[in-house]
Amino acid sequence: MALTRTVLDALTRILGPDGVISSPEGRLVYECDMQTFYKGAPDVVALPESAEQVEAIVRLCRRERVPVVPRGSGSGLIGGAMAPAGGVMVGLNRMDRILEVDLPNRCATVQPGLVNLWLTRAVEDRGYFFAPDPSSQMVSSIGGNVSTNAGGPHCLKYGITVNHVLGLELVTGAGERVQLGGKVADRPGYDLTGTAVGAEGTFGLVTAITVRLLHAAEAVKTVLASFPSIEHASEAVSGIIAAGIIPAALEMLDALMIQAIEAGIGAGYPKGAAAVLLIELDGPAAEVEAQAERAAAICRERGALDVRVARDEAERALLWKGRKEAAGALGRLAPMYMLQDAVVPRSKLPAIMREILAISERHGVQIANVFHAGDGNLHPLILYDDRHPEQVERARAANEEVLHACIAMGGTVTGEHGVGLDKAQKLPLQYADADLNFMYRLRGVFDPDRLMNPGKLLPSHPACGEGFRPARPRLPDGAWI
Amino acid sequence: MATVPATLGAFRGADAPDLEALRKCVHCGICVPQCPTFRVLGEEMDTPRGRLYLMRAAAEGRLGLTEALARHLDLCLGCRACETACPSGVPFGSLLESARVQLRRHGPPSRHRLLEALVFAVFPEPRRLGALLAALSLYRRSGLGRLVRALGLLRPFPRLAAMEALVAEVPRPVPLPAIVPARGRRRGRVGLLTGCVQRHLYPGVNRDTAQLLALAGYEVVVPAAQGCCGALDLHAGRADAFRARARALAAAFPDDLDFVVTNAAGCGSAMKAYGHWLREAADLGAKTRDVLELLAEAELPLGPLALRVTYHDACHLAHGQRVRQEPRALLRRIPGLTLVELPDSDFCCGSAGVYNLLEPRIARALLEQKLARIAATGARVVAAANPGCLLQIASGCRAHGLDVEIVHPVELLARAAARAR
Ligand SMILES: Cc1cc2nc3c(=O)[nH]c(=O)nc-3n(C[C@H](O)[C@H](O)[C@H](O)COP(=O)(O)OP(=O)(O)OC[C@H]3O[C@@H](n4cnc5c(N)ncnc54)[C@H](O)[C@@H]3O)c2cc1C
Ligand code: SF4
Ligand code: SF4
Repeated sequence: MALTRTVLDALTRILGPDGVISSPEGRLVYECDMQTFYKGAPDVVALPESAEQVEAIVRLCRRERVPVVPRGSGSGLIGGAMAPAGGVMVGLNRMDRILEVDLPNRCATVQPGLVNLWLTRAVEDRGYFFAPDPSSQMVSSIGGNVSTNAGGPHCLKYGITVNHVLGLELVTGAGERVQLGGKVADRPGYDLTGTAVGAEGTFGLVTAITVRLLHAAEAVKTVLASFPSIEHASEAVSGIIAAGIIPAALEMLDALMIQAIEAGIGAGYPKGAAAVLLIELDGPAAEVEAQAERAAAICRERGALDVRVARDEAERALLWKGRKEAAGALGRLAPMYMLQDAVVPRSKLPAIMREILAISERHGVQIANVFHAGDGNLHPLILYDDRHPEQVERARAANEEVLHACIAMGGTVTGEHGVGLDKAQKLPLQYADADLNFMYRLRGVFDPDRLMNPGKLLPSHPACGEGFRPARPRLPDGAWI
Repeated sequence: MATVPATLGAFRGADAPDLEALRKCVHCGICVPQCPTFRVLGEEMDTPRGRLYLMRAAAEGRLGLTEALARHLDLCLGCRACETACPSGVPFGSLLESARVQLRRHGPPSRHRLLEALVFAVFPEPRRLGALLAALSLYRRSGLGRLVRALGLLRPFPRLAAMEALVAEVPRPVPLPAIVPARGRRRGRVGLLTGCVQRHLYPGVNRDTAQLLALAGYEVVVPAAQGCCGALDLHAGRADAFRARARALAAAFPDDLDFVVTNAAGCGSAMKAYGHWLREAADLGAKTRDVLELLAEAELPLGPLALRVTYHDACHLAHGQRVRQEPRALLRRIPGLTLVELPDSDFCCGSAGVYNLLEPRIARALLEQKLARIAATGARVVAAANPGCLLQIASGCRAHGLDVEIVHPVELLARAAARAR
């Protein structure tokens, strides 16, 4: 769909010429997020600098019936910040200010384009931090984190993004600017903040966010344990949780992943191990010391080849650097990969890893694994080369099978990355018709004309304007719990 | 280099960007917030990820060598902060250079044609640069400069104004002997690149470099006939000129040297890439070292300097050559010197070769950020190992009346060494 001159001119009036991008080259680079498999260039990109401008853009688009696609840093993995139906993409990178830091009330209010890590950087010298730490925290925006309800390694103990959002300013699809929640946690009425977190832009654009800041723990210890097999490592995970230890993070990497990271930045992971566990404990110094010893002992009992405690902050940072850049490091092994994000009950970890291995052999594709073992959130990365169509096919088939295997073991279709275009058609595997229909009506309250990020999150049938209709037979009730 | 004429989408013939290298980019965006032009402009086309996407689109035939493509690549500082950030090992610098070569050969005419012609006629030609600088200093001393500035005559020509503001005064030349003998225990024999800008604007840095190398045990050979290393040509996509200069430079240095030393980060990083571009200069490229790399391994007698110093990482040293610890370790070895870390020390100051002349608006925005961070450290001295950075930061400090001294680390080391005697 091409935009009319009227819309372009009106956008330019709102934003000035520097705030509107309509060149073919400009539209091209905005055609996908990190999931480059899905491409859809917007007709125009708008780069607002204030909530007022965002409001004006949405009103204009509603009047002209033009789709609006919000975009943060474009690090999403689900085909979220891309425009399958064209329209106006609203890039929020220029709205990246910290509006207020309120340490007595342990919160901060920021604009949506602010990079996650920059918030922690701004308050860490005063002993505070922003807890949600997706591995993309050095690039992803807080607005994007809120909209995908991002998780991260440390969410095992601290909770995911929604647990840290106190309030939002939202420009709804109807063009209203509303305040949801606020600094004070106890509020009368509906928890609309919680409802809007994870909406992936389908409710409108988040223009300001009030987040909780936490006091940094007194002590942190990171333990690295390597194992002869994934099973051994999974047993150690179960052992640690069973012992009543709640690590701040509990991450697992498999052999292929270790190889990619060591070929790249070299984080000092032991080569040759079949699996590595990264266990982080934080809290009062004495407690952390005792827990680290206990966790190390459990790893040894479960057959660890080597157990190491990071000696200082530099070594700890290096161990984490490898983990955080794992996905990027895969570029050294293959030009492309599909990243699956699914969850299984923790007890099923060894079983699902065996199944993933079988799938990889069956389809003749390499699958690297890096995941949040503590909460059973898997990230199998299926490698392929897009110049070979049959490789793409095999990867796609393997990807489907992994997802179905997770669901069969009682898992969910997505853990933390969100739904986007990628998983929209998969939601019926998980939710009943009544549930989906309700979500669909709820969305209509925020976005009456369904112009906000169309095609994402909810399964849609472009042919029927009515509401959700199931795309395929569901699994039996309870199969996904 | 085997030059198989081929077409790669919009790229043609020799020196096309390597598609395999382009495909290493997994589009994760980790490099994006580290990119200075993203921080100033806030748009995807002017990020490393966006630029790679455009280059790849051109290589895959989805995009021609358009003016907009050229513009977004022109706006790139070539600082290579993205390479440091990238976990996939995307060689952004060489991809950018190849794409610029292609644009120059087959793309639309450059929008900076005139200024570039001036720059390339003068900067890499030591004798002409010397003449231009002499004229500039005459213009200053005659009072004409003050008059022109007072009347704002250069205001309509921001690029000329930028050039004028960059150079404060032109120092007297410091002649170097053809050979500086080693002192004490002999470590080897090295050649010294005197550089174009360095030789005219910072002759003292060359003298200090030679003396420190001698003190460290190196015999220093300074060929009189040496020309320019070609870095500016390389960054502008002038591959033929670059190769010619590299070839000439390789011929200017004797074969029996252990290393060829430079004290200009931009030169060092281009020379270290010689092997990628031409076989004849590969050996010289492999022997190239920054002076700070060599000094860090040597023992130097250093006397006290009671100074509070901060260190700015020149892009082409930190990102281009991955030399970060050596300069800091050396400065810390000076008794009495306090080294305070500069926040975001490896974030470009906006100099970037002649970028500050071609794109003064962005360069100025970056310089402002750098100055604010320098001021916040409370340091009285800023050390940086590249003449471009020294000029840029010094001109910013002058404009803001910021009372800090801008030096090359070897200047501090030389002062300290003088006190040890
Ligand atoms: C290397 C790497 C590691 C990752 N690790 C993790 C991880 O550990 N955990 C995790 O959860 N995710 C992870 N991700 C995925 C991604 O970083 C997160 O989903 C992140 O929250 C996206 O933020 P963004 O700013 O890049 O958003 P984008 O990709 O730009 O957008 C994501 C979605 O949110 C919408 N959106 C963005 N901003 C707004 C706004 N202001 N208002 C309304 N809607 C908006 C977009 O329309 C889109 O649907 C990782 C990604 C990469 C590349
Ligand atoms: S250049 Fe590297 S860091 Fe940047 S997007 Fe590509 S892979 Fe990621
Ligand atoms: S070289 Fe510097 S300016 Fe150019 S894309 Fe990389 S980080 Fe940005």
